[in-house]
Amino acid sequence: MENNNNHHAFIHKSYSSPKNNERDIVIALAGNPNTGKSTIFNSLTGLNQHTGNWPGKTVTNSKGYYQYYGSNFTLVDLPGTYSLLANSQDEQIARDFICFGKPAVTVVVTDGTNLERNLNLALQVLEITNNAVLCVNLLDEAERKGISILLDKLSTELGIPVVGTVARKGQGLEKLKEAIWQLATKKISTSPIKIKYSQEIEEMIKMMTPQLEHLLGEQLAVRWVALRLLEGDETIFNSIEQYHLAKQQLLEGAVALCH
Amino acid sequence: MSLTIDKLQQLKLLSQQSQLDSDLVRDQIVSEIYKKSATIADKVILKKPHKKLDLDTKLDDILTSRIFGYPIMLLLLGLVLWITVTGANYPSQLLAKIFFGGQEQLTVLFQYLNAPDWLHGILVLGVYRGLAWVVSVMLPPMAIFFPLFTFLEDLGYLPRVAFNLDRFFRKAGTHGKQALTMSMGFGCNAAGVIACRIIDSPREKLIAILTNNFVPCNGRFPTLITIAAIFFGAAAGAIYSTYIASLVVVGIVLVGIAVTLLTSYALSKTLLRGVPSTFTLELPPYRKPQVMRVFIRSVYDRTIFVLKRAIVIAAPAGAITWLMANIQINGSSIIEILAGFLQPFGLALGLDGYIILAFILGLPANEIVLPILIMSYLSQGSMLELDSLAALKNLLVANGWTWLTALNLLLFSLLHFPCATTMLTIKKETGSLKWTALAFIIPTAIAILVTFTIAQMARLFGLL
Amino acid sequence: MSSEQQLPLSALTVGNKGKVMLLLAEGALRRRLLDLGVVADSVIEVIRVSPAGDPTAYLIRGSLIGLRKKEAHAIIVNPIQ
Repeated sequence: MENNNNHHAFIHKSYSSPKNNERDIVIALAGNPNTGKSTIFNSLTGLNQHTGNWPGKTVTNSKGYYQYYGSNFTLVDLPGTYSLLANSQDEQIARDFICFGKPAVTVVVTDGTNLERNLNLALQVLEITNNAVLCVNLLDEAERKGISILLDKLSTELGIPVVGTVARKGQGLEKLKEAIWQLATKKISTSPIKIKYSQEIEEMIKMMTPQLEHLLGEQLAVRWVALRLLEGDETIFNSIEQYHLAKQQLLEGAVALCH
Repeated sequence: MSLTIDKLQQLKLLSQQSQLDSDLVRDQIVSEIYKKSATIADKVILKKPHKKLDLDTKLDDILTSRIFGYPIMLLLLGLVLWITVTGANYPSQLLAKIFFGGQEQLTVLFQYLNAPDWLHGILVLGVYRGLAWVVSVMLPPMAIFFPLFTFLEDLGYLPRVAFNLDRFFRKAGTHGKQALTMSMGFGCNAAGVIACRIIDSPREKLIAILTNNFVPCNGRFPTLITIAAIFFGAAAGAIYSTYIASLVVVGIVLVGIAVTLLTSYALSKTLLRGVPSTFTLELPPYRKPQVMRVFIRSVYDRTIFVLKRAIVIAAPAGAITWLMANIQINGSSIIEILAGFLQPFGLALGLDGYIILAFILGLPANEIVLPILIMSYLSQGSMLELDSLAALKNLLVANGWTWLTALNLLLFSLLHFPCATTMLTIKKETGSLKWTALAFIIPTAIAILVTFTIAQMARLFGLL
Repeated sequence: MSSEQQLPLSALTVGNKGKVMLLLAEGALRRRLLDLGVVADSVIEVIRVSPAGDPTAYLIRGSLIGLRKKEAHAIIVNPIQ
């Protein structure tokens, strides 16, 4: 659509400088639509953002703040998406923020009544970043449906902290904040599961890695970018360009201010 | 150092070197991720036979059934509208009383300060009155409608509405989700436009945005109900009058829906041509809405919205209206002059110059159209309302109104351009001046066409 | 043998299940369906049809998803018990 660039600029403006001040810790909140993610956002930040049982509701710019153990946290609520494979603008926004916005921690909120489908997004997030916490929400609904989840085992399988919550009732939120804080301040580290693909794909990745490492350096997860290139994701170039352009502008602006 | 354009080029070249079919790679990637999800899920989930799914299924059996599905939908819509209109009545009157009392106090203050008349006029009779009007008319219905709507939303019912209606919207060139954006429009068209974000296809989203105004919002309902009650209800005699009036309003709403579908169809075949998008809509499990939370937050949100709008838009509108009613040029107020200028055009549409002017001045907010009209007819210096419907009817008839005027006013109100808030919202959502302009032009053109045609036909067949 | 039978999902009626064999959809629809779990070996169950006749609600990987006939037509499944 003709206003794609407008939207992108708006998004990057919102997402690239979310902090109150430089020492704030930025946390991204991702998840499938309909997982109670916004309830968690509201509960943590005390903000009043609407939470509807309506898949696909877009919220473009939701930032909230909270404090924990003396640190200031900025929580960015990303649009609810089924995946990060950039099929729609929402997915691109979410992906771009997790990837380029470099949040200290990405919290993936999942629906305990439908964990299998929700894990899809979690695994995709883990391909982009190691700094993730899984939140299994709606545990009361799950219990009502006769579903119980072995959270510790899930944590072992995924290699990241897993916290169970019933956000509606405020249960589990302290533990969630704790896990976020521990990961953000590097009190704990993660060793997330990595997915292996077919031999042909893995070989192509191996072939592309040296050049990618040269081009991207430390900045982006090389394996993840390789996969995007292989699957023909056109949006990745645009995102890289936009994000770094925005960053340049911010830098230039900051430099100009100093003179 | 950040990436340069040159490096991006190299990245692009690199991707082109891939020997693998990108579609197949994508399939593989998604499959592998799902396989992994399934494996992990198997290991960590313990499932017992569940009863809740049955409740969901039973609810859906009724709500999407052939027999009950549509009647329930219509019933719910009617119920929500009825509760809104009836429930807002008393609070609106109460607020009006409070504001009127406040106005008297202000007038006393101004007199005490020996403030000039014109200042009192602009600030109290113009700005304050404008504010008071918008708040007392808009706040109560919105504070009722939106919590009700949100309640249905949180319940999980709304996707079922899209599910039930999709076929009809697809035939009209759009998407079942448009039914929901239209429903939001009943509360407020600006909110309806924002709701269009749930439509994925840009083309279909635009169609939904452009046609949202054909659903009458809370600001227009009082006007529709009042005119319907006076001219059509009263005609049927005291006992049936409310029923007839209600029927007329329902009829208007149905006309709005019909015009929406027709215009959507026309747009999808001309300006917004394209292929139908996909449905792929998730029907979430039913959830118990947190009633108190929904209510409190909704009321809070709506109150803020109405107050903001009142201050930003209604206040200046009130001031301007007062000025136009009280500045005299050669013995006539500006309103009288403009109304005279618009008279031929108005008559052609089965209306009159004052009505057209009232709609134009009502651009900032639909709810001030009727007060402005009454003020103009009475050559009064400030907006007002008449205490009884009978008095209002007499006033209108004395100014040449017939059933045709009433009918065309209802239709014009339904079909005309969106209010300023809605247009600003459209500009923000589409980012395009072109579409915002079209959002103004298309409904207005239709409104003019319809009223003109009806007026001419009525005169032709001597029905007057 | 019915284990090799291939049908479009749109041909299945309410109450029946099918295992996904092939996805004929292209482009955006394909990606969307993949994301919703319509991958090879997924089992899809036909739950209900809209009172208007279209779309139909399918149970895919634990979620109820509405698909239009045209979309369901692009999913080839192997009917199972």
